[in-house]
Amino acid sequence: MRRFLSSPSAVVGTTLLVLVLFAALFGPLIAPYDPQEFHPLARLQGPSASYWLGTDQFGRDLLSRILSGAPATIAFGVFSTTIGVVVGSLIGVIAGVSSGWVDSTIMRILDGLLAVPDLLFTLLIVTVLGGGMEHALLAVAVAFTPGMARIARSAVLSVRTRDYVRAAVARGESGLYIVGREVLPNALSPIVVEATIRVSFAIMIGATLGFLGLGAQPPSTEWGLMVSEARQFMFRNPWCVAIPGLSIATAALGFNLFGDALRDALDPRRSH
Amino acid sequence: MSRGYLIRRLLAIILVLAIVTLAVFAITTILPGNAAIMILGEYATPDAVAALERQLHLDQPWYMQYLSWVAGILHGDFGTSLRLSQPVTQVVGEAFLNSAMLALTALAAVIIVAIPLGVLAALKRGTVIDLAIGLFSYLGTALPEFVTATLLLVFLAAPNVGPFPAGGFVAPWEDLAGFAAHVILPAATLGLILLAHVSRQVRSEMSEVLASDYVRAARLKGLSERRVIWRHTLPNSLAPAVAVISLDIGYLLGGIIVVEEIFAWPGLGRVLMYALENRDLPVIQAVTLLLAAIYALSNLVSDIIIAKLDPRVRYA
Repeated sequence: MRRFLSSPSAVVGTTLLVLVLFAALFGPLIAPYDPQEFHPLARLQGPSASYWLGTDQFGRDLLSRILSGAPATIAFGVFSTTIGVVVGSLIGVIAGVSSGWVDSTIMRILDGLLAVPDLLFTLLIVTVLGGGMEHALLAVAVAFTPGMARIARSAVLSVRTRDYVRAAVARGESGLYIVGREVLPNALSPIVVEATIRVSFAIMIGATLGFLGLGAQPPSTEWGLMVSEARQFMFRNPWCVAIPGLSIATAALGFNLFGDALRDALDPRRSH
Repeated sequence: MSRGYLIRRLLAIILVLAIVTLAVFAITTILPGNAAIMILGEYATPDAVAALERQLHLDQPWYMQYLSWVAGILHGDFGTSLRLSQPVTQVVGEAFLNSAMLALTALAAVIIVAIPLGVLAALKRGTVIDLAIGLFSYLGTALPEFVTATLLLVFLAAPNVGPFPAGGFVAPWEDLAGFAAHVILPAATLGLILLAHVSRQVRSEMSEVLASDYVRAARLKGLSERRVIWRHTLPNSLAPAVAVISLDIGYLLGGIIVVEEIFAWPGLGRVLMYALENRDLPVIQAVTLLLAAIYALSNLVSDIIIAKLDPRVRYA
């Protein structure tokens, strides 16, 4: 742990992550105003003593809206990544363990799916399912699955031929036991690292979908949607696009730096 | 790099694209909403719908639809746009040209800015300059395109104040200065993420090469510092940067969708968004296939460049 916190990027990443997770868990509780309450006399204001981060086009308090939108924005990233990671790892482990034609068939299909850029893939699926937060979440999960499957497979392949796995095979353990008790726990760290970094991409894609009108719907306070609703007024009050925009960046940066630091800590060979 | 290797890579790309056609076809055929009704409107007579379905081959089983679609592609015919009543090749072709101009401008800008930035960070390693470049690049990777684009608009394209137009497109062969003014903000948005990745990669690789024996030998020979850096160190630090750029083409192609939408740039991204909103299946299929093909080919091109940069790299 001390070694983990010795690099500056780990400290910054952990700090940002704690901040963001705190906002996601307690944000709605500590918001000073009702996020949907209009203050007609205080529209499009900059930061002030009564409105710390300023107000939007209806005079709604930006700080309260950011805090109340944190759970939706962060949960989107975490849950979509989790689903993608679980399903992808399952496919990757099956491919890695089975080898032969099963492995090569799965890999060829994954290659095909990986050739479609993430955002494009997500947009196609959202169009099929129809917009909205749940569908967008599912779409990001599906788009992440091929990449995660690939990483899980290579993690499994690197563990497969180790002596302790051979020993388990020689002991006559069942295939399920070997995969569950010997292979998977040892192949887990690259998967966890990749998943942490991917949460930041998922947050960014979720916000992008909200911005395009294909994710969260009004009156949600999801951050991407906030940027898109405030765009018309951005020249009169830049704060109402800058605050949610920078909040997204903070969340993404937190997960990204934390994931990088985790990789360096878990795999000392890669850190210089 | 042997000819056999190239042929095998090209075959692999063809296989990948074949799988992409299947996936795209599967996704688009389960799209809700009957294409014939989409075109004719809700109040079309059943006869008219049936006639159009026959014309679009929607009454045939899916595998027949798929095969005739693929056969068309192999003849260079991607069908007709359902909404625009124009051949898809024409709609997509024009948009492709516009997107390519935007993407290549962004790429060129990234290469011109990111490599010196990475070199600077490596030479000034551990100083305030290095830290500033590092912070800037981390911020670049954490800002989604729509946020960067919106912030650039706020500060550089405000009505009556900002020096740049807020959106639109001027062809470079009509008005080069106008093209430059319009391309600068979207290209900067697209470039920011790549800038971050590439400059980080150049920095870490440069630092490693600077500590190597042959660079020390070059210095001991009494070569000038400039020659040591630009002739001995940099060329040997570029291969990983090229690899990163080729992986980032995926981001670039996704980013183009958002950036074109925001800056009203008439390229593939805008065509795709329009087609998705209107369920224009032939256009969706063509654009997706085209983007996947570009991605796959750019990976191959980057492998070739890496092999040229570093003669030790051998592909069997």
